[in-house]
Amino acid sequence: MIELVGLTKRYGEKLAVNNLTFTVRPGMVTGFLGPNGAGKSTTMRMMLGLDRPTAGDVRIDGIRYDRLRDPLRYIGALLDAKAVHGGRSAFNHLLCLAQSNGIPQRRVAEVLDTVGLTAVARKKAKGFSLGMGQRLGIAGALLGDPRILMFDEPVNGLDPEGIHWIRNLMKSLAAQGRTVFVSSHLMSEMALTADHLVVIGQGRLLADTSMADFIERNSRSYIRIRSPQRERLLDVLHDEGVTVIESGSGALEVDGGKAEQIGELVAQHQIVLHELSPQQASLEEAFMRLTAESVEYHAHADTPLEAPFEGRFEPRFERAPERQHWGEDWTRR
Amino acid sequence: MSTPQPPMPQAAAPDWQAAASGSPYPSYTSPIPVVRTHLGHAISSEWTKIRSVRSTVWTLGVFLLLVVGIGLLVAALVAANQGEESLSGQNPLSFGVFGLLLGSMCIITLGVLTTASEYGTGMIRTTMTACPSRARVLAAKAIVFFAVAFTVTFASVLLVAVADVAMLKGARSPSGGEWLKGTFGISLYIALLGLLSLLVGSIIRHSAGAITIMIGLVLAPLVIALFMFSSALEKVRQALFDYSIPNQLSAFYTNTLSRTGPTGWDPVWIALGVTAVAFAGAVALLQKRDV
Repeated sequence: MIELVGLTKRYGEKLAVNNLTFTVRPGMVTGFLGPNGAGKSTTMRMMLGLDRPTAGDVRIDGIRYDRLRDPLRYIGALLDAKAVHGGRSAFNHLLCLAQSNGIPQRRVAEVLDTVGLTAVARKKAKGFSLGMGQRLGIAGALLGDPRILMFDEPVNGLDPEGIHWIRNLMKSLAAQGRTVFVSSHLMSEMALTADHLVVIGQGRLLADTSMADFIERNSRSYIRIRSPQRERLLDVLHDEGVTVIESGSGALEVDGGKAEQIGELVAQHQIVLHELSPQQASLEEAFMRLTAESVEYHAHADTPLEAPFEGRFEPRFERAPERQHWGEDWTRR
Repeated sequence: MSTPQPPMPQAAAPDWQAAASGSPYPSYTSPIPVVRTHLGHAISSEWTKIRSVRSTVWTLGVFLLLVVGIGLLVAALVAANQGEESLSGQNPLSFGVFGLLLGSMCIITLGVLTTASEYGTGMIRTTMTACPSRARVLAAKAIVFFAVAFTVTFASVLLVAVADVAMLKGARSPSGGEWLKGTFGISLYIALLGLLSLLVGSIIRHSAGAITIMIGLVLAPLVIALFMFSSALEKVRQALFDYSIPNQLSAFYTNTLSRTGPTGWDPVWIALGVTAVAFAGAVALLQKRDV
């Protein structure tokens, strides 16, 4: 389990991570999602004690990272595949990591086998492809057989087979009761692996929810109906008070409602259907909407508006608003 | 490259929900025994690192070539061209200093690379994740590097010294104290110079920058002193010359106390002091900075 409390990181004027509080629980894959530059990597670096938080705290199974005596036994991390000395062989790279944590040497061969690098164990890491480098990083994360695993953008540079492999790997690790925390900027990737979602944008927490809840709350679900008796179907639905949207290509869309209800209704009226399918807008869409809101919020905050009187005075700006181009303040911070 | 089935250890998937009642942090339990790590683990890790990269082989190989090669060459030339009487009263060990001065550049390079190359490659993030005690990482690196640098330097210096004594018949035979200073003492000094480079590498975090600084430290005082013509600067000039590293090296071979500047074992104490300060500074910076 990883617990973050009020985690904040400031680089000069720029607030990279802003008061993050959430918990990563065992037994499931938690996706850590945000657009590029949202602060995902900074947050993960603070979890691993590489960066010192400006404020707040991170606990790994209740212990601060720098108090862990054998950290690889608690938490294995793939930060970036290039965090390797290119002149060292895969075997020696893993061996020096194992030795520093008192992990028996046989584990090195085991994890090399797990990630499928046994054949190139004695080859220098600089000759590795991006995908092989990624596998070496994953081998390092698995080395201590830890209870918590952390992967920063693990599918980067992997071929489709490799992507499939790592998805299954993460799921099986979670199924063993481990905590799996994986970052990505691709919602579609998360949809296939994550059970729980933590979304951040510009360093702030935007959502901390189960994947199913997230989809439900953030995306439009509707039922798509196609029928050769389109006009009659429209009449029937209209009589039942169901709102219908006519989409292109002759299909009808019904927001909300259950496919069962519509199916039964249509059967009563003996209308032929060619399609009756519940649809859900893609997660990518939901993600875009969520992060777009955070962008929108900033756009307003930067543009002084005549605020309508709302009964009591509320400071609308944390900082004195200055006129500037949109987005300018982001780079300045 | 084959893709085997997702692992995992033989242990049957534990029921974490069942474990939830027992421990506040329910989770997977590994079959691997837990070890409480200490400095020894970090040292064996650093030993694996230093012996598994090509740069160690290269720098130490060139070092041996320079120290032993030039040492023997100088001895052979002197033996062939000098009369026995012109060598009389000279310390035969002192002819090893030329090769050692050049060789020190290799030790400096290896020292810098031991720390700075990890920043260049990004390996430092892996290292610090595996061992969150940053002071322990630096201490382990320092111990392993110092042991390697001292051993290699001492072995090659000893070889050259024995050859010098054997080949230069006219020179006096050095006393026990001279032997100790001219082999053990100067090796200690060179290894400390390398250790200082390692610490500068950790502070600067950039290989080329740190190597340049260290080579400047070795050569600059002497070069600057050569160009100080003004008599007003005479004292500064003398101090720069006396405490320049080549002159400190020569102090290991002279017995006279008449010369100005460091004598006897002074260079070792100076190097030890400077290195200790640099170590404290490097540790403080490591603790303060983000990796």
